[in-house]
Amino acid sequence: MPDSAFAPETAASNASLRAFLHGLPGVDEVGARARAADLSTRSIKTTAKARAIDLAIRMVDLTTLEGADTPGKVRALSAKAVHPDPADPSVPRVAAVCVYSDLVGVAVEALAGSGVKVASVATAFPAGRAPLSAKLTDTRRAVADGAAEIDMVIDRGAFLAGDYRKVHDEIIAVKEACGDAHLKVILETGELATYDNVRRASWLAIHAGADFIKTSTGKVAPAATLPVTLIMLEAVRDHHAATGRRVGVKPAGGIRTTKDAVRNLVLVNEVAGPAWLDPDLFRLGASSLLNDLLMQRTRLTTGTYPGPDYYTLD
Amino acid sequence: MDQIFEYAPAPESRSVVSLRDTYEPFIDGAFTPAATGEYLTTANPADEEPLARVAVSGAADVDRAVAAARRAFDTVWGPMPGRERGKYLFRIARILQERSRELAVLESLDNGKPIKETRDVDLPLVAAHFFYYAGWADKLEHAGFGPRPRPLGVAAQIIPWNFPLLMLAWKIAPALATGNTVVLKPAETTPLTALVFAEICQEADLPPGVVNILPGAGETGRALVAHPGTDKVAFTGSTEVGREIARAVAGTDRRVSLELGGKGANIVYDDAALDQAVEGIVSGIFFNQGHVCCAGSRLLVQESIAEELLPRLRARIERLRLGDPLDKNTDIGAINSAAQLDRIRDLARSGADEGAEGWSPACELPERGYWFPPTVFTGVTQAHRIAREEIFGPVLSVLTFRTPEEAVAKANNTPYGLSAGVWTEKGSRMLWTAERLRAGVVWSNTFNKFDPASPFGGYKESGYGREGGRHGLEAYLG
Amino acid sequence: MAEPVAHDGPAPVPSSARLAVRKTYKLYLGGAFPRSESGRSYPVASHQGDHLANAALASRKDARDAVAAARKAFGGWSGRTAYNRGQILYRVAEMMEGRSAQFAAELADAEGIGAAAAEAAVAAAVDRWVYHAGWADKYAQVLGASNPVSGPYYNHSAPEPTGVVAVFAPQDSPLLGLVSVIAPVIATGNTAVVVAAERAPLPAVTLAEVLATSDLPGGVVNILTGRTAELAPHLASHADVNALDLAGAGDDAVDLERAAATTLKRVLRPDPAPDWTADPGIARLAHFLETKTVWHPIGM
Repeated sequence: MPDSAFAPETAASNASLRAFLHGLPGVDEVGARARAADLSTRSIKTTAKARAIDLAIRMVDLTTLEGADTPGKVRALSAKAVHPDPADPSVPRVAAVCVYSDLVGVAVEALAGSGVKVASVATAFPAGRAPLSAKLTDTRRAVADGAAEIDMVIDRGAFLAGDYRKVHDEIIAVKEACGDAHLKVILETGELATYDNVRRASWLAIHAGADFIKTSTGKVAPAATLPVTLIMLEAVRDHHAATGRRVGVKPAGGIRTTKDAVRNLVLVNEVAGPAWLDPDLFRLGASSLLNDLLMQRTRLTTGTYPGPDYYTLD
Repeated sequence: MDQIFEYAPAPESRSVVSLRDTYEPFIDGAFTPAATGEYLTTANPADEEPLARVAVSGAADVDRAVAAARRAFDTVWGPMPGRERGKYLFRIARILQERSRELAVLESLDNGKPIKETRDVDLPLVAAHFFYYAGWADKLEHAGFGPRPRPLGVAAQIIPWNFPLLMLAWKIAPALATGNTVVLKPAETTPLTALVFAEICQEADLPPGVVNILPGAGETGRALVAHPGTDKVAFTGSTEVGREIARAVAGTDRRVSLELGGKGANIVYDDAALDQAVEGIVSGIFFNQGHVCCAGSRLLVQESIAEELLPRLRARIERLRLGDPLDKNTDIGAINSAAQLDRIRDLARSGADEGAEGWSPACELPERGYWFPPTVFTGVTQAHRIAREEIFGPVLSVLTFRTPEEAVAKANNTPYGLSAGVWTEKGSRMLWTAERLRAGVVWSNTFNKFDPASPFGGYKESGYGREGGRHGLEAYLG
Repeated sequence: MAEPVAHDGPAPVPSSARLAVRKTYKLYLGGAFPRSESGRSYPVASHQGDHLANAALASRKDARDAVAAARKAFGGWSGRTAYNRGQILYRVAEMMEGRSAQFAAELADAEGIGAAAAEAAVAAAVDRWVYHAGWADKYAQVLGASNPVSGPYYNHSAPEPTGVVAVFAPQDSPLLGLVSVIAPVIATGNTAVVVAAERAPLPAVTLAEVLATSDLPGGVVNILTGRTAELAPHLASHADVNALDLAGAGDDAVDLERAAATTLKRVLRPDPAPDWTADPGIARLAHFLETKTVWHPIGM
């Protein structure tokens, strides 16, 4: 990757940003899909599968992002995050609970002392269509209420219109509003249309200071596909090679089964490398995935197939 | 961190395969003992364990097989309406699909190639090839070879060990679809799937004599090529043997098609989609342990991006998993034979002796069996043996170029002309390059892709004739 | 030399008559008309046995030079647009038509046929150029293909010229047979080294003069006159020759095919009973083509 990746002048103007982003190597869609498909044939069995399941649980950002969310729903989800399987204390806790910004306080209270972080979506999630001032207010409020992680959305309209500078500056502003909170930047890859754009948006977000780049809001299809995650993992890998800084990746939306989760971990392992097999650098944004991980875990430890009625619906 | 996700062994079960102790030639619809009374032992190259004893067919067996094929051609297969021939081929295609896992495992055992490839590449293509040509059987008058194209008669077919069953399909499917009967000799080290294919012919009720399978070694092949009762010789294998065959049929009215060696160039321009180019380079040379005639064994990378590309390539190669061919996570399997391993070692040694710099990832080779690590030579020039001779193993030679003209000139600077690759995001440059490459198959922004509908075959000393597609019919029609 | 001129005394040329200027029959190499580098020539007699002229007796080195010239011309000729090649082949027909009388006279001498038969053969040869001129921009559509592969790939097969073709012209048909073997080779972009009919090479040299004035780039067709048996082994074993047309190779065809195997040349075996007047179809043209298949992914 060009060493100029982090030269300050890269972001000096929209033209210089464009020159940088359009100078990145292209992505051949068919080749990227083929690579992801090939890696998804990896067969993860027995001990490897057991480790993968526990790792995946520790990487889950347990998420509820509905208009109908209530404090009760958030409390229930938080309880699940700390003890995913009440009957089995050996199950690790998840990484974080992800909620709308107005419910951060509820989650913070419910998770106090648990080690499970509170993540909040912000910046006019999911569309991102609001004035910057509103996005910053949203962010500051969530952080003030105790959110340790902010999941912001980029302005896809500005990106698609070629106004990279606007997207970039907004991320910088939100990052500043985050203070110590970690910033995950949602690219909403389903709206970016091409893998070239996914790569450019990844670099743009990384350049602007993202701690994580995240695929999707979960409100747009397609959400986290394997090729998209592959391309984002290549971006953080290349960025690390150029600068030594590791940026995290979070696929979100559509990851429902243990098989999906394991395929993601295989991608992480073989594309970015084992250093990324860590909840600090890889997360899975999901809700129903957790129960499937628990069922597969039981299957592995007991040898019998479990039924869904034995796992809590939260 | 590594052990957090060290993949556990994921072996495919061998139990789908039931090996017999001994295999005999398949002649006139039945397995009958070879007149020679001689046997070879075919072994698993991954652990050198014997798999089965296989008869060595001799001249008398060739006589019998050719006579059976002639009889079948004259009395049954030649006169049969195309639509009925086609239905036999469809039936065979279906049985191949039904028994594909068994055949995939058997192929991996006998050849040493990873189950991932036999399962996901070889076997699907084998069935697809029969399906494709099945549909041609009753449409030959529309194929562009005149209003009444005729079969040639009896086809002598000799196939290599690198894609045993797939090469069988490439030979037998078009021959049968066009109304020819065949006598096929599988490779000495990989006869087993061909003999199971003979069982499939029985299962499909294919008339006796239409397909005859003669296991054996070089002498068997020579006897078959020399047999005056055949009308056609189709061969896939080394250029050396190809020359012998071309000499042997000179002056006869027998037709020949040859699919021979290669030294494919994989050209990476500075604007390539780098991550996909790396994948293409890897599959170009390490697919099937590099036992591929169309392998991209010469990487021609534009000098301006060589420094960026090569570390990515090495990092990617470090991820390749070498080992048990039956493990579903194995990317690189065993070298097919001790003889082939010797040849690879010899050429790799010459690379180092001639001053090229060799590199292989840290990778533990199993103690038993025939193994060679993925290897990349940099600092290679056109004069090096490893840039000119076909290695037929997992050894990549890296050369650089400065301009498109230089890339094309270097790519074409070989007596071979089978395959080439081009990596660029610029459409006009791709077409410009593809137009100038003297190679029968050009993969742009991809590599080592095969399809029954796509003609395959070489320029220059890579042979003549095409296999696959409408073009593939021509080799069997008069 | 074969003119009915008495040699026993001063030339009895009437003062009013004009002495004919005879033609020197030379080789055609790289667009030029050299003598054989060997300095040799051989007498060419008519069908009736009368001496007609001396033709250059090409040597091994002339054959080598012809291959070099053909190779040098290959890139340019095969790179011409198909339309342009068709135009040039048609131009050959035009130029030949203008020299019909000369060809007919040479043919009548060479084959011992009457004027009408000779004229008919010349007309057929001219028409054969026209036929192949028309193929130049069509065979790729007939022989190429768009292949429906199972995957997101554009897959396309197109015929390309094989390269340098050594053509042994038929011995029994010094003009129509000659044109019938040259035209299909060059219509598709190959270049040719032609060994003319040994006993009747003069129409071939005249054809060379036509080619030289038809905008055909030098080296695309190179014509050697001489002993087929002497030249053929060198061409059949020459590693820079890609294909052989053995039409006029006679009894040597088997040995030549065997020699060609060393570099796996494409070989067109001689037809035991050729009929040069028959519709030539596309078979001979297709024989000196390679199919190139190109894959490219289809994606956004």
